[in-house]
Amino acid sequence: MISYRVIPVLLLSEGGLVKTEKFKKPVYVGDPINAIRIFNDKEVDELVFLDIDASKENRGPDFTLLEQIASECFMPLGYGGGITTLDQVKRIYSTGIEKVILNSVVFDKPKLLEDAAAEAGSQSVVVSIDYKKALFGKTKVYSHAKRKTPNMSVLEFAKEMEARGAGELILNSVDQDGLMNGYDVDMIAAISEELTIPVVACGGAGGIDHLIEAVKKGKASAVAAGSMFVFHGPHKAVLINYPSQEKLSTIFS
Amino acid sequence: MELAAKFNARKILMIQVINYGMGNIGSIKNMLKKIGVDSQLINKAEELDPSNSIILPGVGAFDNAMRRLNESGFSARLQELATGGTPLLGICLGMQLLGDASEEGSLEGLKLIPGKSRKFVLEADHKIPHMGWNKVINSNSGLFQDLEESKFYFVHSYHFVPEKGDYILGETNYGIKFVSSINNANVYGAQFHPEKSHKYGMQLLKNFCAIK
Repeated sequence: MISYRVIPVLLLSEGGLVKTEKFKKPVYVGDPINAIRIFNDKEVDELVFLDIDASKENRGPDFTLLEQIASECFMPLGYGGGITTLDQVKRIYSTGIEKVILNSVVFDKPKLLEDAAAEAGSQSVVVSIDYKKALFGKTKVYSHAKRKTPNMSVLEFAKEMEARGAGELILNSVDQDGLMNGYDVDMIAAISEELTIPVVACGGAGGIDHLIEAVKKGKASAVAAGSMFVFHGPHKAVLINYPSQEKLSTIFS
Repeated sequence: MELAAKFNARKILMIQVINYGMGNIGSIKNMLKKIGVDSQLINKAEELDPSNSIILPGVGAFDNAMRRLNESGFSARLQELATGGTPLLGICLGMQLLGDASEEGSLEGLKLIPGKSRKFVLEADHKIPHMGWNKVINSNSGLFQDLEESKFYFVHSYHFVPEKGDYILGETNYGIKFVSSINNANVYGAQFHPEKSHKYGMQLLKNFCAIK
């Protein structure tokens, strides 16, 4: 059996959960601990928390909040946001979060990725790459924290991250974020085919069909989504939701 | 007595978790707390109490883990206690350490369950590591009692091959059928992560806590 993980990505901002559109317009969607309890009941495959303020504010992770989160989570758990040192990485692992997610720090401190992989093994180190279409249709690595981005294509950057020890890659399309009209399947396929590590599709999922598309056409190893799991209906009412296990067991077969 | 009844009537309230710098100590502690079991992180071999069950976690490379266990004196103490009857559960790499050796390294394992860990050799459509949720089959006894479903979270690139079928407690399909849980007397191994496997993992840990 090959299992495809279906992963809610929850954005932390000012102690609460928010959801963005194209990385902008954060809307409050609730309390993290409450959301975790619901996702526990739904037996979610895995959860990812990203603190979208930390790097922007040049601060580290909120460890008090991470400890609260970890103590309620009984599923695989990843955290990203504001991680710049190996000590922070170790402290995150010790709270019970087994995947650290590195983002803008790898632009000028790729050694942290190597050190983290040496410390805990590649499977515990994830790199998330945000990317966006720039002028003239060129796709570029994007930095939410306004850091200088690497001067290479998304594919070249992804390959470098794999070579440096990333065990997994979250590929996040800024242009698709929050739109719920489908993943950037072409990019997911282009990266998945060139890498041996798992690629997690992120950005744009609005329904089960999109998840299937990312796996079948995009060859993603896992699918992540935000809006789809926190909003419900055409008016985007806030409702934490997740497909039933019964449903999930059939959609990818 | 059934394990569930034993768990409810249990006298042991303390599980010892080996803290040797390799593994998801935090999440094991969190889940034990959730099921109402106290845990103690054991930093030194001499702190191990033979009367309380032991969990040996493990994430990372085989030799690195064995070196730390050997240098800290944990290896000898674990062998002594496990042979003396103290229940021991190895999780993930912790399970592989229970064997004789691994293709991943050159050091000897704890030699508590005869067998060796091998690297997965799989068709291209099965990525390595095997990462995600999968089922444990052929597992109707011991640790797997009272589970609605045997569904667990896995992350590993090597799998254990026991010397004899007698040591197999459960198997899993991932391109090939491999051994995902082992047992020899009071020593148990789980290739998956019960501490990351929702109510299925909780039940399995309850069962382990009730074994003594």
